[in-house]
Amino acid sequence: MMHFADAQLEPLLALLNTARWMNMPTYWLVFVVIALLIAASVIGQTLKRQPENVVNPALLRTFNNRVRAWWMMFAILAAGFLMGKTSTVVLFGFVSFWALREFVTMTPTRRADHRTLFWVFFIFTPLQYLLVGVGRSFVDPAAGTTAAMWADGLVLRGTDLYGLYSIMIPVYASLYIPARIALSGDSRRFLERSAKTQFGLLICVYSLSYAPALLDLDFLTFKAAPVEGTLETTDQIETRVAPREDASAETVTNQPPRRQWSEGSAPGLLFYFVLIVQLADVFQYAWGKLLGQRVIASDINASRTWEGFFGGVLTTAIVGSLLWWVTPFRIWEAACMSLVTAIMGSAGGMTMSAIKRDRGVTDTGTLVQGHAGVLDRIDSICFAAPVFFHLTRYFFSDFS
Amino acid sequence: MSLTATGLSIIAKLIAGSSVRWVDCQPETCQRVYFANHTSHLDAVVLWSSLPRQVRVLTRPVAAKDYWDKSAFRRYIAGSLNALLIDRENIKVHRSPVELMIRAIGDTHSLIVFPEGGRSVSDEIGEFKSGLYYLGKKRPDLELVPVYIDNLNRVLPRGEFLPVPLLSCITIGPPMWLETGESKMDFLKRACDAVQRLKDLELGSYD
Repeated sequence: MMHFADAQLEPLLALLNTARWMNMPTYWLVFVVIALLIAASVIGQTLKRQPENVVNPALLRTFNNRVRAWWMMFAILAAGFLMGKTSTVVLFGFVSFWALREFVTMTPTRRADHRTLFWVFFIFTPLQYLLVGVGRSFVDPAAGTTAAMWADGLVLRGTDLYGLYSIMIPVYASLYIPARIALSGDSRRFLERSAKTQFGLLICVYSLSYAPALLDLDFLTFKAAPVEGTLETTDQIETRVAPREDASAETVTNQPPRRQWSEGSAPGLLFYFVLIVQLADVFQYAWGKLLGQRVIASDINASRTWEGFFGGVLTTAIVGSLLWWVTPFRIWEAACMSLVTAIMGSAGGMTMSAIKRDRGVTDTGTLVQGHAGVLDRIDSICFAAPVFFHLTRYFFSDFS
Repeated sequence: MSLTATGLSIIAKLIAGSSVRWVDCQPETCQRVYFANHTSHLDAVVLWSSLPRQVRVLTRPVAAKDYWDKSAFRRYIAGSLNALLIDRENIKVHRSPVELMIRAIGDTHSLIVFPEGGRSVSDEIGEFKSGLYYLGKKRPDLELVPVYIDNLNRVLPRGEFLPVPLLSCITIGPPMWLETGESKMDFLKRACDAVQRLKDLELGSYD
């Protein structure tokens, strides 16, 4: 009877573990985003029922498509967080796979590239996510666990696979691809074909894989530690402790000490990152519509303006700093991180526009579905993820 | 429809990521001959699985006996798709392919044919063989429906056995018939042009 009760408790305990992996601020952020998404959906659907002349139908359709894409993104992130790190990595892997599929469909390849593409899709892509998924599991595996068994079996105990997943595609896959294409014996447009395949792998797989890799970091923070045994919220602690922090800074050092961000949640930070990139897109679009005068490069994208860019980046920095409580960053650090993220996101959008212009398509999904594809939605995430990851890793994590 | 057939159509959809466009044509259960360009072994199964279920159960792909009869596995696949195997090598006068097809479809089934005869290597659509003309002549009631299959040659090109999962697109165009007094040459050219027109069709953007 007792044994039976234990077996029943197991899923409940697993759920509690999930609760430790997520924290209260993360849940708050998730709830706020759900509320915003519901509001956006309701507005979109209401406007759809209005007569044609009230709103621009093309604009409304874009808006509704965007909202649907956000729900999808939200569902993927939420599902991953509920099921744990491995699931999140796997789900991101599927998104990469699909984006790569769109990318290669859009760029012409020749018959002789077939086997190379097979490698790209079925060897490099899964391998990259496998390496990211294992990540630091071999560094200090608990005795008797599967991770420990594998670590000892592969003589990798103590190895952080960051060293491998951060170079596997840019170095080894990038060397392998042209060599494999050369072996196939077709020299026409060789350089172009190699570059296309390398680029697709770099953007759709390598760059995107840095987003779930965030879950693997051991975070440090400059924030003051929350006082134990009290039920105060983080912001109360922040305001109360802040003056003391300043005083010590003057006397001893310019930097307060870094400490483990033990109260923090890695999924919370990943969620924050994706949210910031999406908000940056929205703000740039909104500022561009409101004030847009000087187009950055009309041959690439006629709707991206300098006004939209600066307005969007600054607004993102402000909103990002206001959400500092889900991150290991202090307010000004959160502002800087959001600023860089927004700039990178914008660069990603521009780059993908250039590729689409070159290929003569408006959306990556157009070839097949008649609406924007996955790659259109994640281009800014792809560009921002490696930079966000590395800044976080160098300044806010223990990577030694 | 058998479990294998359902499984095959799901796998085909996953690998080929195919989207289907019906242009000036609706899915119907009336008797039709779908004729398409042929570039990959996947053509028949992907086109077949892109039809709605009610249509699919009535539609039989026409395939080459010399290929699909070779091993037990291929025979099994062809059998589960209810494929009509045609002998390309020793054609007998009293059992010509067109006769066989007409006998096989009776007054319920539709066919999927690839009038180029074999898989073409290049992107260009090859010349059509005359079977389509004789089908139209002997059964003027059949709707002849042009289909253009895009990108499947990149998913599984001739001579490869491992597929690369790119996205493909199947465009199904308006039905046509043999005009009275139309010559074989003219008709085959018109049919080929109908497929070519679907290839050149511009896609609208919605975002």
